[in-house]
Parts: sequence; C-alpha cells; structure tokens
Amino acid sequence: MPIMTVREALRQALHEAMQDERVFIIGEDIGHYGSTYGVTAGFLEQYGPERIRDAPIAESGIVGIAIGAAMVGMRPIAEIMSVNFSLLAFDMLFNHAAKIYAMFGGQMTVPMVLRTTNGWTQLSATHSQSFDVYFAHMPGLKVVAPATPYDMKGMLKAAIEDPDPVVFIEHTLMYTVKGEVPEERYTVPLGKARLAREGRDITVVTYSRMVHLSQQAANILARDGIEVEIVDLRTLRPLDMSVALESFKKTNRAVVVTEDWQSFGTSAEIAARLYEYGFDYLDAPIARVNFREVPMPYSKNLELQTVVTVDRIVEAIRKTLS
Amino acid sequence: MAHHDDHGHNSSGALPALSSNSGLDAATLIDYYRQMTLIRRFEEKCQEMYTKARIGGFLHLYIGEEATAVGAISALRPDDHIFTHYRDHGHAIARGLDINALMAELFGKVTGCSKGLGGSMHFADVRKNFWGGYAIVGSHLPLAVGVALGMKMQHRDSVVMVFFGDGATNGGEFYESLNFAQLWKLPVIFVCENNLYAMGTPLEVHSSVTEIYRKACAFDMKAERVDGNDVLVMREAALRAVEHARSGKGPVLLEAMTYRFRGHSAQDTQKYRSKEDIERYRRNDPIARLRALLLNEGIATEQQLRDIDRIIDDQVEASVRFADESPEPGREWIMQAGVYAAPIAVDPPIHGE
Ligand SMILES: Cc1ncc(C[n+]2csc(CCOP(=O)(O)OP(=O)(O)O)c2C)c(N)n1
Ligand SMILES: [Mg+2]
Repeated sequence: MPIMTVREALRQALHEAMQDERVFIIGEDIGHYGSTYGVTAGFLEQYGPERIRDAPIAESGIVGIAIGAAMVGMRPIAEIMSVNFSLLAFDMLFNHAAKIYAMFGGQMTVPMVLRTTNGWTQLSATHSQSFDVYFAHMPGLKVVAPATPYDMKGMLKAAIEDPDPVVFIEHTLMYTVKGEVPEERYTVPLGKARLAREGRDITVVTYSRMVHLSQQAANILARDGIEVEIVDLRTLRPLDMSVALESFKKTNRAVVVTEDWQSFGTSAEIAARLYEYGFDYLDAPIARVNFREVPMPYSKNLELQTVVTVDRIVEAIRKTLS
Repeated sequence: MAHHDDHGHNSSGALPALSSNSGLDAATLIDYYRQMTLIRRFEEKCQEMYTKARIGGFLHLYIGEEATAVGAISALRPDDHIFTHYRDHGHAIARGLDINALMAELFGKVTGCSKGLGGSMHFADVRKNFWGGYAIVGSHLPLAVGVALGMKMQHRDSVVMVFFGDGATNGGEFYESLNFAQLWKLPVIFVCENNLYAMGTPLEVHSSVTEIYRKACAFDMKAERVDGNDVLVMREAALRAVEHARSGKGPVLLEAMTYRFRGHSAQDTQKYRSKEDIERYRRNDPIARLRALLLNEGIATEQQLRDIDRIIDDQVEASVRFADESPEPGREWIMQAGVYAAPIAVDPPIHGE
C-alpha cells in the first residue's frame, strides 16, 4: 500500500470529490495564493475559478454561502483557514447549518463540509486554539477529527457524501504525518471509533494529533513492560464510546488525552461517559491530559509547558497505574 | 435612483394616490388586493389567537407592510427563491403558502408548514422555493447569496429575493453579502423593508446613513428607494431588479419605505412612538390606497371588494379550525432522526435511543 502524508491523503480525497460536478471549494487563499497548508495547491489551475472560489476575508459569508448552496443541491466544501477564524462563522454554523433540517421540519438538508485546522507553534493566544468542544456541543452538526492519512481520506470522502453538515477538523502539525493509504476509492464511516493500539494495562482515549503522541508515550512505557491500549474516537459528534468502553472494561483504568482546555472540554464529556457506563469496572480515577488553562503564550518555553507533551501523557499513565 | 422623500409624511389627510397605469388587468389588480387583505386578516386573527394563548413565543406582525411583500413577490417566477426574516407571514402568504399550514404552524401542529417545529418566525415551504424565515437579524443574507451561487453554478436563470429590515443593514452579514453578490455578479434582489425602526430604535438612532439604498454604492451596486406602501410601484421596481439580476448583471438593493402599524412583536408597549405618529402613518395604509385606486378607476365595485373580504374572513376562520383540529408533532421529532437527515446510531446511544 502506498505511504503518503495527511496532506496528500486530503488532496486525493478532494480530487476524487471534485469529479462530482456539485462539489466546489470556497475559502480564503485556497487558489491564487496556493493554499495556506498546501492542501488545495494546484486546484485552481486544474478546476478553474468557478469551482475553486477564492473568497474575501469574510468567514460568516463564506460559511453562509456554503449553507445556501448546499440547500439547493450543491456539495460545498468551505475552508476556514484556521479554526481560530471560525468564531466569526459560528452563527452560521450554529443557528443555520445545525438547525435548518430540524427547525423547518425536515424539509431541507445542508450537505456541506467545513474543513478547518487546529494547531499551534508560537502563534500565541489568538492563533493556537481548539474549539472542538463548541462544534461537538451542537446537535445538528457532525464533527470529525481523524488522525491518520487513511482516515483523513476516507472520512473526508464520507463527510462530503453525507447529507448533513459536517465539521472536519485537521491539525497544522499533522499535515506531514505519514501512513498507508490504498489506491482504490473507499470511505471510512463517520461515527465509528477505532482501536489504534492493543494493550492490556490501561486505556488511552483520544483523537486527532493526540493519537500520535499517545503512541509515542505507549512506546516509551512498553520498554517498562506497560501495555497501553489506545482508542481513537475519530468522530466527536455523534460520539461512539463502544470501543473505549470495551477497552476500559478490560483494563479498568483510563487516561483521556485531548488538545484543548480542560474545564468543560472534550475530555470532560469523554470521562463522564466512561464513569457513566463503566463505573463498575473502575479501578482508579480517570486522568486527563490537556492544555494548561491559559491563553497560549508566545515564548517557546512557556508554550511547551502549556501544550500536551509525550512526557505529560507518560506521567499521567504511570500515575493512573500506580 | 428613484427617491420618494414624501413617504408617510402626508399631513393633508388625503390618501396618497397610487401610481396607476400599471398595464395590469383588473383580475390581477384585484388579486393584489385579495393577497394584501388576506395577510392583514390572517394576522389580525393571529393577534387574537395570541391573546387567547393559542399561539406562543414571539409574534411579529407585518400589518401595514403588506404592499412590499405582495408587490415584490409578484415579480418572481415559481422557480425563483425567497428568503426572509422572522416577520415572515406576509411573504409566505404572498408566495401562496396555504394559510391552513401557516395557522397550524403557529398552533404548533404537525400539519404546520414546518411541522410545528419552527413557529411564527420559521415558516418555510421548499415546494414553493420559500426557504424560510430566519430569526437572527441579517444572518440569512449569506444563505440567500449561496442559493444564488448555486443557481449560477447550475446554469439556471432563477433569482433569489431576500427580505430584511432597516436594522439588519448595520450588521456585518449585510456588507459581506452585498460584497459577495456584487463581486460574483449573483442574481440576488436584496429587499430592505425600511419601516423606520429596528425594534424600538428609530432609524436615525441606529444607522449613520438613513437612506439605506445608498449603502449599496460602496459596492457599485444598483439600488433604488421606492414607496413600499404602493404595491404597484413596489412591483415595478421589483420587476426591474429581477430583470437586471436574471440577465446576469448582478444583484440589486431595493429599499422599500414602509411602516408597521403594530408593535415590533406582540409584547411591544411602543414607548418609542406616539399614537398620533401611528395615526398619521395610517393615512398611508397600503390596502386603503389600493382599495381607493380600484374604486376610483372603476376596476372593482364596493360590493366586489366586500365579497372578497368576506371570503377571506371565512378562509381565516377555517384556518383556525384546521389548526385546532390538527394533531401535534410526535416524539419522533425529538429523536436524533428529527435532527439529522442521516442520523448515525452510536453505542451507548444518545438519550438511550
Ligand atoms: C443578531 C440579532 N440581534 C438582535 C436580535 C433581536 N431583534 C429581533 S428583531 C430586532 C430588530 C430588527 O429590526 P429591523 O431589521 O429593522 O426589522 P423589523 O423588525 O423592523 O422588520 C432585534 C433587535 C436578533 N433577533 N438577532
Ligand atoms: Mg425595521
């Protein structure tokens, strides 16, 4: 099977999707600039400005237009350059994309995808955020955040084919992550978690980039004979906890690793569900590893103390096992 | 750009005459009277039902503004599209939505146009390309632009008409939408219903430019201010705008000068204007003006119009009976299947479904 990066996998998914005449991409600097993270580089030349729509810096307009176009049979993919700017489009997402199907009694669908990206690297307070929990909180949206090139391609394809609005969350520090991606066309269904690593001692429940950091932590712990099982949730709404619960019932201990602020964050929901449905299997309090709860500092040293690191995951696992 | 400064400031007491010689036949003119009267009587009944607590939530009446919706929508084809705001009863009726389904919606019944899930602010009927009333001020404008983009990309010549208030022209979405629509030459007719107030805030208190149509000049967009209480003037302006948009020349902003006779919503105590103010504007009642035209020009007789009024009263009564007798929406609407076109079952399930 060919090995490729997350970026290349996403590009393949988009190229395949563009074969459907209804699909078009709208976003800032996706065409003339050559794409902020290189995902749509060359698309303008290949598909033309009608379908690769360089948009003004107007996030609300971009998402609103995607919603309207979706309502009349198009399959728009709106790209929000980074998730930080999605705040300007929250009204569109929350009050329209998420509600139009239910609020009008199922008359209309909004088959759009919003692609955006989390991430940080000395970009400081306003450019280093994660709003996974805001998206995932909203009934009516489907929210996915895959970790591997295989899932990136398969789930982006599934998201584009889905009749409901899907928020597709990438990560700036993952575009160069490599993995196997088959040549043939395939989709990976939304709403299905997967086992990313088998182990009998403890369960790490996580998603997106934290899957890779958790793997590194597991490799370190493996040297001490500790077997870590890793569950990659892949989709945040709806949240499939079946794989995590099955694992938890075996290991009886869990660490939840998410790259966002802890209070009321995604890890709170995940841990709550483990307690709710796995209480009888609990041998130790569930630990959480997240961002420190501060606006992201610029200073490299402080930034590295704020984000989730492999060391912090290792430490949390050891503590939960002790 | 047409500009009617005299809007509503008619102190002589005489009904301002409608511009006639529209070239329309008697049946059409009488039908506009019928539509406008239907909107008014329907809404008077809504107010009554609201007072009796048969209707809940917010109720924003369109009474006084009927000519704007009827005139503007008369310029559209069935395959054209409409978006509107929460003050949406008039547009829905002018588009020909069944008033039984509208009253049922207000009563929260499953026979409602939105299955009883939307209420007064969210009337919709996709079969009529009536894409709904939206209750976040100004936020439906980008959606309308998106539909226009869809039409263009599908090489269809349908246009999109989007209604909103004067208050909506101060928010970012208004400017984003005008820019997108003009930049991409999309077939959108932006209809601003300037009723001189955003809730209780007067126009000159909320907008640096009170001639709203001039806001279009920043985008080099064609714009017109018209008497929105003259159904025929409104129609002609809309026809010009539709023709412009349909021929690929891009969007148009129409500013329809009008006035609402009732409060912003049923709860409004109207501290911001006097009874005298309202009475003065009543002389500019769009229905009375059309009625006068029909009678003065011998297009219809008193008796004919009274017959129409009576039929409308019966229809409105029937809509209340229909709504009354209709069932409420079932529990399936609060399951995940009511929220998603393609719900995904997960384990453990949401709410144990
Ligand atoms: C974004 C937003 N802010 C505030 C409100 C509350 N609100 C509802 S209608 C309204 C006034 C709108 O006035 P205008 O646009 O002139 O329309 P009109 O009601 O006069 O038809 C306000 C402030 C809202 N629904 N949405
Ligand atoms: Mg107003």
